[in-house]
Amino acid sequence: MLISYNWLKEYVNVEISPSELADKITKSGIEVEMVESLNKGISGVVVGYVKECIQHPNADKLRVCKVDIGQGEVSQIVCGAPNVAEGQKVAVAVPGAVLPGNFKIKKAKLRGEESLGMICSLQELGVDTKLVPKEYSSGIFVMPSDAEPGSDALEYLNLNDHVLELGLTPNRADCLNVLGVAYEVAAILEQDAKLPDTSITASEEKAEDFISVSIESLEDNPYYGAMIIRDVKIGPSPLWMQNRLMASGIRPINNIVDITNYVLLEYGQPLHAFDYNRLGSKEIVVRRAAEGEQIQTLDDQNRSLKDTHLVITNGKEPIAVAGVMGGATSEVQNDTTNVLLEAAYFASSRVRAASKDLGLRSEASSRYEKGIDRNRVYAAAKRAAGLMAELAGGKVADGIVEAGKREVNMYSVKMDVSRMNNLLGTTITSEQTAAIFDRLGFSYKESNGIFEVVVPTRRPDITIEADLIEEVGRIYGYDRIPTTYLLSEARPGGLTASQAKRREIRKYLEGAGLYQAVTYALTTPEKSTHFSYTEDAVYPISVAHPMSEERSTLRMSLLPQLLEVLQYNQNRSMEDLAVYEMGSVFINRQEVLNDLPEEYVFVSGAVTGVFNEHLWQGERKTVDFYVLKGILEGLMSELNLSERITYESGEIENMHPGRTAVVKLDGIPVGLVGQLHPALQKEMDLKDTYVFELNATSLIEAETDQMVYQTLPRYPSITRDIALVVDQDLPAGDLFTVIQAAGGELLKEVNLFDLYQGEKMEEGKKSLAFSLKYFDPERTLTDEEVVTAHNRVLKSLEEHFGAQLRK
Amino acid sequence: MKDRLEALKVEAIEKINESHDLKDLQAVKVAYLGKKGPITEVLKGMGKLSAEERPVIGAYANEVRDSIQLELEKKQTELENAAITEKLAKETIDVSLPGRPVKQGNAHPLTAVVTEIEDLFLSMGFTIAEGPEVETDYYNFEALNLPKGHPARDMQDSFFITEDILLRTQTSPVQARTMEKHEGQGPVKIISPGKVYRRDNDDATHSHQFMQIEGLVVDQNVRLSDLKGVLETFAKKMFGEDRKIRLRPSFFPFTEPSVEMDISCFKCSGKGCSICKQTGWIEILGAGMVHPNVLEMAGFDSKKYTGFAFGMGPERIAMLKYGIDDIRHFYANDIRFLKQFKNA
Ligand SMILES: [Zn+2]
Repeated sequence: MLISYNWLKEYVNVEISPSELADKITKSGIEVEMVESLNKGISGVVVGYVKECIQHPNADKLRVCKVDIGQGEVSQIVCGAPNVAEGQKVAVAVPGAVLPGNFKIKKAKLRGEESLGMICSLQELGVDTKLVPKEYSSGIFVMPSDAEPGSDALEYLNLNDHVLELGLTPNRADCLNVLGVAYEVAAILEQDAKLPDTSITASEEKAEDFISVSIESLEDNPYYGAMIIRDVKIGPSPLWMQNRLMASGIRPINNIVDITNYVLLEYGQPLHAFDYNRLGSKEIVVRRAAEGEQIQTLDDQNRSLKDTHLVITNGKEPIAVAGVMGGATSEVQNDTTNVLLEAAYFASSRVRAASKDLGLRSEASSRYEKGIDRNRVYAAAKRAAGLMAELAGGKVADGIVEAGKREVNMYSVKMDVSRMNNLLGTTITSEQTAAIFDRLGFSYKESNGIFEVVVPTRRPDITIEADLIEEVGRIYGYDRIPTTYLLSEARPGGLTASQAKRREIRKYLEGAGLYQAVTYALTTPEKSTHFSYTEDAVYPISVAHPMSEERSTLRMSLLPQLLEVLQYNQNRSMEDLAVYEMGSVFINRQEVLNDLPEEYVFVSGAVTGVFNEHLWQGERKTVDFYVLKGILEGLMSELNLSERITYESGEIENMHPGRTAVVKLDGIPVGLVGQLHPALQKEMDLKDTYVFELNATSLIEAETDQMVYQTLPRYPSITRDIALVVDQDLPAGDLFTVIQAAGGELLKEVNLFDLYQGEKMEEGKKSLAFSLKYFDPERTLTDEEVVTAHNRVLKSLEEHFGAQLRK
Repeated sequence: MKDRLEALKVEAIEKINESHDLKDLQAVKVAYLGKKGPITEVLKGMGKLSAEERPVIGAYANEVRDSIQLELEKKQTELENAAITEKLAKETIDVSLPGRPVKQGNAHPLTAVVTEIEDLFLSMGFTIAEGPEVETDYYNFEALNLPKGHPARDMQDSFFITEDILLRTQTSPVQARTMEKHEGQGPVKIISPGKVYRRDNDDATHSHQFMQIEGLVVDQNVRLSDLKGVLETFAKKMFGEDRKIRLRPSFFPFTEPSVEMDISCFKCSGKGCSICKQTGWIEILGAGMVHPNVLEMAGFDSKKYTGFAFGMGPERIAMLKYGIDDIRHFYANDIRFLKQFKNA
């Protein structure tokens, strides 16, 4: 909402500067987002009188004017505007003047003719083109004939004004008009708000002889009033009104339309002027539109209506969409003489439906949507009719023809001063409270600290005690509320076990060299299903109205987005990358989403390029499967899950079929680790990329024993190494399992320390060397015990895999 | 004989001093103190001496032997030290060469900011509550005093999935769920950090996905002045001890009264600069006293219990703290951007 400072001053006495005022308004509840000076750096622009205007001898498009700029001084000014003419009062920038953009005016010679200054258009004076009245949009602005040559043109054009831009929250729709802001400012400055003059001198004619009004549903349209103004003369509205409209962001059109807009801004009451002679009947009927019913609106668009829309009809066909836009047939035109002025209260739901469906949002519709003051409708109608008489020479027919109830009763809300002080932490007295209600213009009764406040209809946001407490608090001043500390007992805060573990996982991965990424949860429908390692049927979850296909469907894996992160960085010449993300994925097993989907926290990583590097020592290790598996093994050890995790080769969509493992917890899949499928790498233009993805929720929920301290070994351990020859395709993991099982209690550690699969081996065979560590924490082992256990291991290996000791 | 021993001693010490390495020294040792050495020879001839002379010469011979031994040891230590020094000299490396890098990643700046804020509130006795990112209309709106058709729903254009299920537009549904779990019994003292979603076009200041941290305290006798106390502690810890705070009235459907909190600008300390848009104040968060309807809907008696709630945007705080000019940086994950937050 744009509020002209000068206009505001008409209703409330303001003796402080616009910026001081803005500061006070902001502090007591309505944020003033900006204070804009309409003077954008102008000086030296005066009113001039064009005494003579002749064709430039050397230029078709230029005129040479003799302009009286006051005190009898006449300057020659060359002007290129097509509409400059003898007898006009114009704005002249004299030599030495400055225009917006620090544009300095100097004496000049234009095609051989001397020019002492410049005749200005409104645009040249800093007015936005879209606000300039159409007839002046491509030429100079012509001022009223009573303007005094030589006087300050900015005063005439109200360009010394300031505009306050209010950022209104939805509860303060009462400040969507100058009067509402005046009440607010009056409360802040402890002044009284003055109301505009709404008196009218009615003619002999009776409005009811010209029109009848009926409403089909009082729920859709609780009140409709029509006034008749006869014999108006269409023309421009006075400059002061045009100036205020432009300052408020509205372009002047003609006196009748300008008056409806002016009163809209002043009272917040949307009004519409119909050309009475073009109504096509003598009745107004307000009803729902029929489905598919047509209307041509003011903007000459043909619009198809729905039965949720409300229309104003002449008894036969729609002549306006209620609260949204008038129809073209009954539009006020230059030859209009009789006006029907509509002042109505439409239900916000009806206006919202039509405005949304038709894509039409206007100053009027948005006010109806946010709610207007029911008890101000009639006053606004009188104000507008009075102005039409005054400024357009109209005769106001007696009375207002109406349907529905003109006014509603006000209700009251109770407030207990002691409860207010308990809620705010203050010690405000009843007397102070009463004074604040006085300032707000709320009437009340008080007894024993209980106030019964009658809420004015302009403040429908106040319905409960807390609303009144806020009113008192904000006018009292939040800076006067003390700072205190919670009285409640102190309890220790702390992370839950799950929260602590998630932090631990993040710390671990960062310590392992991965950078944390945060990506979007919405992706494409295709990508949403990538990297699924479960067998269950899942259904992608798409939002109903996405901003784009790219961000339409919830992710079931973090990997597609992490791969985009790699792509993004590779495109910027960063080749060696290691990133991880921890975030929610959304799994839906319902064909139709009735219940909330399952949400899991996943932790996933993507690594490409060199992982370890120390160039001058010749070390340069590119990431491979085992780098990532090592990171996961470390993580599982951190989570105390190492012994319950297995890695089994598996085929997963988009993963390299020979370089991928499904990670299982107690035999149930909880993730994957491996290389991206080369086809996908190629498609995404990625170098060799290794990824992992784990269901962190499952890992964290897996019960783990509390860590128990193990006494340090006091007895020596005995280590035996074995080198085995086995079939090439036998997974080493199987050997580990068998060794561990056969070794029994005493076998405490098994390490693989060599893998050979070269030319020295028999075809189809490979050699693996393990180191086995036996010990008993309670005593020294005998050679015999170790030999027995070790022989068991060798025997078992032979039985299971035909494994031979390498000679 | 004594003269002979004396000569041997002088001769041996001379040889010792001439030794250049441990091998030379060993040779000297064998030559003079060995079983076949001259001193042994001399001692063998002692039989020819008189009974008076014998102990005297014997003692003297031992003396000579001891002093040669002593010299030998001295020289040996000296030579050994020299050898070590020489060896160490050969082992010298160029300490100015770069070390082997230790791979180390770091947290995303948003996580860093969220963690800092979490820790701050944990230290004030809050716990962290969490909830789903896909929510029901009830918890996201209705339980928060935003019934269907409420104009304030327009403030948050939402990603609906079905008529009743949507991506949460705020973390407040976590508050509603937490209060409900308390079954009308206080105290509730939580913060709820998390991701939220709104139908916005992504640009320098808007993101369809962003983070929020909200806080909620419900108990008997919770006052707006207590909210001021908590927020002041937060502002000072987060932005510096000499920060001042200012509450301005505002509007949120789930709080009444509602306030907006500004902090005095940490860049210019209130004089006015580009960060605070010349006002000296920076808007940090929204807050207020929990609306009685919200308390009642969650099963609390609003005559007995009061509460306050606050909410802030980690993106905004990170942007202010680190001077980041475009919200999209957080979600592009440019590694050169991420790496800058090593010490955050
Ligand atoms: Zn500043």
